[in-house]
Amino acid sequence: MAAVATCGTGAGSTGSMVAAGGKNNVTSFQRRGPRASGSDSSYSRLVSIAGTRPSVRNGQLLVSTGLPALDQLLGRFRTEIWDKYNIYSSLLFKYFLAEGIINGHTLLVASAKEDPADILQELPAPLLDDNVKKDFDEDACNHKTAESNIKMKIAWRYQLLPKMEAGPVSSSRFGHYYDTSKKMPQELIEASKWHGFFSPEKSSSTLNIEPCSLTHGYIKLLQFIQNIIYEEGFDGSNPQKKQKNILRIGIQNLGSPLWGDDICCTENGNSHSLTKFLYVLRGLLRTSLSACMITMPTHLIQNKAIISRVTNLSDTVVGLESFIGSERETNPLYKDYHGLIHIRQIPRLNNLIYDVSDVKDLAFKLKKKLFTIEVRENFYILVHGKVTVTVFLLEALGKNSFPCLFQILEATCIPCNVRLNPSYTAISGSLCYLSLSLL
Amino acid sequence: MFPELNNLLNTTPDRAEQGKLTLLCDANTDGSFLVHHFLSFYLKANCKVCFVALIQSFSHYNIVGQKLGVSLTVARECGQLVFLEGLKSSVDVFFRAQAEPHPLQFLREANAENLQPLYEFVREALKPVDDGEAAWRCPVLLVDDLSVLLSLGMGAVAVLDFIHYCRATVCWERKGNIVALVHDSGDTEDEENNILLNGLSHQSHLILRAEGLATGFCRDVHGQLRILWRTPSQPTTQRDRSLTYQYKIQDKSVSFFAKGMSPAVL
Repeated sequence: MAAVATCGTGAGSTGSMVAAGGKNNVTSFQRRGPRASGSDSSYSRLVSIAGTRPSVRNGQLLVSTGLPALDQLLGRFRTEIWDKYNIYSSLLFKYFLAEGIINGHTLLVASAKEDPADILQELPAPLLDDNVKKDFDEDACNHKTAESNIKMKIAWRYQLLPKMEAGPVSSSRFGHYYDTSKKMPQELIEASKWHGFFSPEKSSSTLNIEPCSLTHGYIKLLQFIQNIIYEEGFDGSNPQKKQKNILRIGIQNLGSPLWGDDICCTENGNSHSLTKFLYVLRGLLRTSLSACMITMPTHLIQNKAIISRVTNLSDTVVGLESFIGSERETNPLYKDYHGLIHIRQIPRLNNLIYDVSDVKDLAFKLKKKLFTIEVRENFYILVHGKVTVTVFLLEALGKNSFPCLFQILEATCIPCNVRLNPSYTAISGSLCYLSLSLL
Repeated sequence: MFPELNNLLNTTPDRAEQGKLTLLCDANTDGSFLVHHFLSFYLKANCKVCFVALIQSFSHYNIVGQKLGVSLTVARECGQLVFLEGLKSSVDVFFRAQAEPHPLQFLREANAENLQPLYEFVREALKPVDDGEAAWRCPVLLVDDLSVLLSLGMGAVAVLDFIHYCRATVCWERKGNIVALVHDSGDTEDEENNILLNGLSHQSHLILRAEGLATGFCRDVHGQLRILWRTPSQPTTQRDRSLTYQYKIQDKSVSFFAKGMSPAVL
């Protein structure tokens, strides 16, 4: 693995990580670290809520997903995670909730399969600051003597608990790291404020909405969410509340038959229930200080049109393609990784443009303690059309052929757009093929 | 509005045409920049605008509008802009029974047949002022976006009927314009959406289609815009005029260039 510089752990800013040095392996993946955030002082006039950060671009408040590497790829509001087998999406779901507890946000956990109280017991524990550095350095083969500094441990405890004293809390960190091998300490869970919605328990109460095309479970959930938002003042309806806070809503396995929806069972089922639910939920989120993460088993949904409609109704969509059970599991290129991440949609809020990361080829792996997202560095690209002669040139040039290719293209006046394609077959590190689409 | 797009369309706010249906369509990309363009264009052209905004909040359009030189708040206050904020209204409609018919009341109904309340709302909003002096140039209906209506349980035929009624009132009777955005779902087998898109394409005078690049994401070229001028009322053997440009969206404007001529490549 590439050597990594230590990241800054000062309050409010997370340093970016630099991967240096070449390597001889076939695939070289670079660790993407969290981007360095600007100083908080210039944004002090904005509302300061623990665990949020104003966006540089549009002044929106950003909340962390609990995974700093994912934060820099996404925005705010509503995020949907699609995953087969539900293993990694439930992990990201837990990161999102754990981040809420650490920052003192109010949680609303909705599930049709597991009791929300059980879900909270399974949240990962936050990592100590000096342990974070240690984990990264271990991978870099850069052995740092782990100093057991008792004073620092006590300071960490105070640092991570929700701040009770009066004063601006903008100095709290944005984004934390979690240890998936340990559970969140019980006292942190008990200190947090959370509401649970467990669908089987709520199904018997009465409805006061006329029968519309929503399923019973969805209607109850919407009413529950709206109640919490209204009663706790997340929509600004209770101005005497002492301190503004964020409501983090987590909904697990939306669309599964356990919610009473039949889109996973039949192709022509009640195709509007889910999309109507998402629309009203979007309306609730837009009119309150809240962020929502939803996981969906899209591989089970029979009607593919629904998936594109769901995408259009969401702000952010992340697809997780795990390698379990697929042919890529045995592909040597992917041997270190557990799956691919596809960013299918990024929010464009209050803006014409969006913050889009430069790269789209992302893979993830679940290490002993951490879930990391990494970027493809070596690329291989197909050749279309008539530019076959360039392939041979590139083979001769070897690894540093990219700048040369552009010179060739300039000389021949071929306008094109270059796309970086992910590798799907094992290649030798010195070859480099290019994909050109001649326009 | 984007001056470069005005040049491509050969139009300015002073010389805006009337009685036209413009269809905005996006495939594999986000075409909302076109909505922002037309919203600011018609506000600058001193037209009365009824904006049915179903997918984003008022503040989103307002903030972007300010970058483009229009203030939606001021326009709304002086009566030039009638804004239906779908997201906020949907929460009101869904959780509380309304005394009067609400344009979005199909949200409460299991099998809403048509969008008549929404049409009544539009007709009322764009009613000509009776006091003799024409305050605004022509009425304009802007919808962002029609595909959401399909997600909310309306059939494609109901949405087409709605547009038909609006055209009769806004375009023909009051010599105004309609601009509507529809997503093109591509190959995802969304039958209803395809019916809606095809039906509207045949009725439109101008189609602006934003497409993502076939080769995938590129930092310097965000997509491709196809412009198609049509004359739907006159069956003609003459081929409709069409142009294709690539574009890059910036913070306050969009730049257009011929295919392959991105400044980054040259």
